[in-house]
Amino acid sequence: MLIAVATLALMGLALGALLGTAARYLAVAEDPIEGKLKDMLPGSQCGQCGYVGCAQAAAALARGEALPTLCPPGGKSVAEALATMLGVKLDLSAVVDDGPKLALVAEEICIGCCRCIKACPTDAIVGAAKQIHNVIREACTGCAACVDRCPTEAMSLVPVPVSLQHWIWPKPAAMATA
Amino acid sequence: MGFFERFFQPSWGVHPDDHKRPAADVPLRILPPPARVYMPLHQHVGGAARPIVLVGQQVLKGQLLAEAQGNISAPIHAPVSGVVTAIGEVTAPHPSGMGFAAITIANDFRECWTELDPVEDPFALAPEEIARRTAAAGVVGLGGATFPAAVKFALGKRLAVGTLIVNGGECEPYLSSDDCVMRDFADQVIDGARIVMHAIGAREALVGIEDNKPEAIAAMRLAAAPWPEVKIRPVPARYPMGSDKQLIQTLTGKEVPADARAAEVGVLVHNVSTCAAVHQAICLGRPLVERIVTINGGAVDKPGNIMAPLGTLVDELLAFCGLKARPARLILGGPMMGTPLLHGRIPLVKGASGILAFDAREATIPPAGPCIRCGSCTKACPMGLLPLEMAARIKAGELDAAVDFKLSDCISCGCCAYVCPSHIPLVQYFSHAKGELAARERARLRTDATRRLADERIARLERDAKEKSALAARRKAERDAARAAGAAAKAQAATTEQPQGASA
Repeated sequence: MLIAVATLALMGLALGALLGTAARYLAVAEDPIEGKLKDMLPGSQCGQCGYVGCAQAAAALARGEALPTLCPPGGKSVAEALATMLGVKLDLSAVVDDGPKLALVAEEICIGCCRCIKACPTDAIVGAAKQIHNVIREACTGCAACVDRCPTEAMSLVPVPVSLQHWIWPKPAAMATA
Repeated sequence: MGFFERFFQPSWGVHPDDHKRPAADVPLRILPPPARVYMPLHQHVGGAARPIVLVGQQVLKGQLLAEAQGNISAPIHAPVSGVVTAIGEVTAPHPSGMGFAAITIANDFRECWTELDPVEDPFALAPEEIARRTAAAGVVGLGGATFPAAVKFALGKRLAVGTLIVNGGECEPYLSSDDCVMRDFADQVIDGARIVMHAIGAREALVGIEDNKPEAIAAMRLAAAPWPEVKIRPVPARYPMGSDKQLIQTLTGKEVPADARAAEVGVLVHNVSTCAAVHQAICLGRPLVERIVTINGGAVDKPGNIMAPLGTLVDELLAFCGLKARPARLILGGPMMGTPLLHGRIPLVKGASGILAFDAREATIPPAGPCIRCGSCTKACPMGLLPLEMAARIKAGELDAAVDFKLSDCISCGCCAYVCPSHIPLVQYFSHAKGELAARERARLRTDATRRLADERIARLERDAKEKSALAARRKAERDAARAAGAAAKAQAATTEQPQGASA
């Protein structure tokens, strides 16, 4: 009886010590959740969250320093996904999700300076020096990185027009007695 | 057909009052050609057609207006002869009331057909040629799904489909356009079905017709008599018998698995009107420019079936039949699955089997009450789903939980909402959830695309930097080489100059 107790206690101590040292010396430098969070973010490195890029934002999220609602281009869907991954309750009231946006060039004021082209994280703007620039709709993420760069305020964000294919039936109004 | 189904009615579905007569018994009328038609570019599943005519151009009836764009698409032809006056936006037959692109033609009333290319013996043609001609004629599924017919032919051919099912179910109340086609054009339907069989390599064709259409069954039996491979099979009148999965199960006993197509169980379904359109496309060379549409509902004075050019405004069709009262609601299609129309200035499209103008009594929607968990909807659901559970989850905003209840298998037939004693708009919950899920999927794809674009940009910047530094290094090397060469030449000159100077 005593021998069995002692053996188990010794084994427990030994294995515990082993685990403790392993945790110290074999620790993973990056929080594994960071990678997952990074994959959920749009990855356009637009910097609207206040961090340098999506990886840094993911690190801040993993440390619990940032709220899941930090990503404006991601909108509600990304915020929800991040909150589920982090297991935190989501307060969507602060999110101003007025739908997806697109950059639009006001062609009459564009001077063709190419500054916005350099700022675009997804190469969504085409143009050349002293030529009117234009936005490729399919590639634009509405991150607004170009808006402040424009010296003539020719860049603006407009809501993505709703098309027949993207229209969604509204949810039925809440029933009076339900 | 299973053993029990031979003796008992199927347990799924509902049996609404069909309201098909007297409209179904009125002889087919032909609409006088309208002064203007509005031919939408997107009347089918898939990509919109691309216009190839210009404003001001003279077009003949049946002339190609817009060509198919992409693998799944269909061309659009001129329903009347006349002049193209505009290519712009008209209101779409869609619950949102948004617009879509259409070509407007001012009719010159000459009814002058373009040159047609009829085929004497369609059975001498290769199946691929039939598919090509059907695609070129712009034939799409006329039962309402509007899937391009030729794409389905290719699918049937590839999966070696043995049985063609010709859908004459027309289970939606009020509608009788397929009934009218079967009664008046049974020969064309049977001939079209045989051409489709030839195109997909099927051995037999089963024509399923609900037993509430005895005239259609008699006419089709007479037309099919010379062809033993075409079998007319009356099926019990029960909604939604015209849904392909239900009709396949009733006629062949095979159940189409979830997330699979009918062709994967060896059958292909085509509507009777589609078969007639295939006959016209192949044997007469005529593109799809007109269709038979049922005008029905309490507000219509003389309901019935009308042969009308595509692109005719709903208002003109209603005016032709006369209105007893201001319609309280307009519906394109049937009352169970149709699309509500905001107004009548909407063009007739290929997939419109009926236009219903309901009077105030028919259009009344009782207020929704709470779910009493009676389970009527689960009994009615033809797909064996639990509508009450799905709706409760969607109402609480838990879309993923609704997906776990197989929301994706819902065919939006409306049986659940029809039987619900609390009048809960169940289908609207499901349509809303399906739209949200599709939007979520699009957002996911977009995020992936953004990441790819951002990665490509980073790669491009690195490449640019590398190329720039390589170029700079090469220039520097060239400059150094030039400088060295210059210095060498100077040294050479100095050495050659000295002896010259010495000699001088």
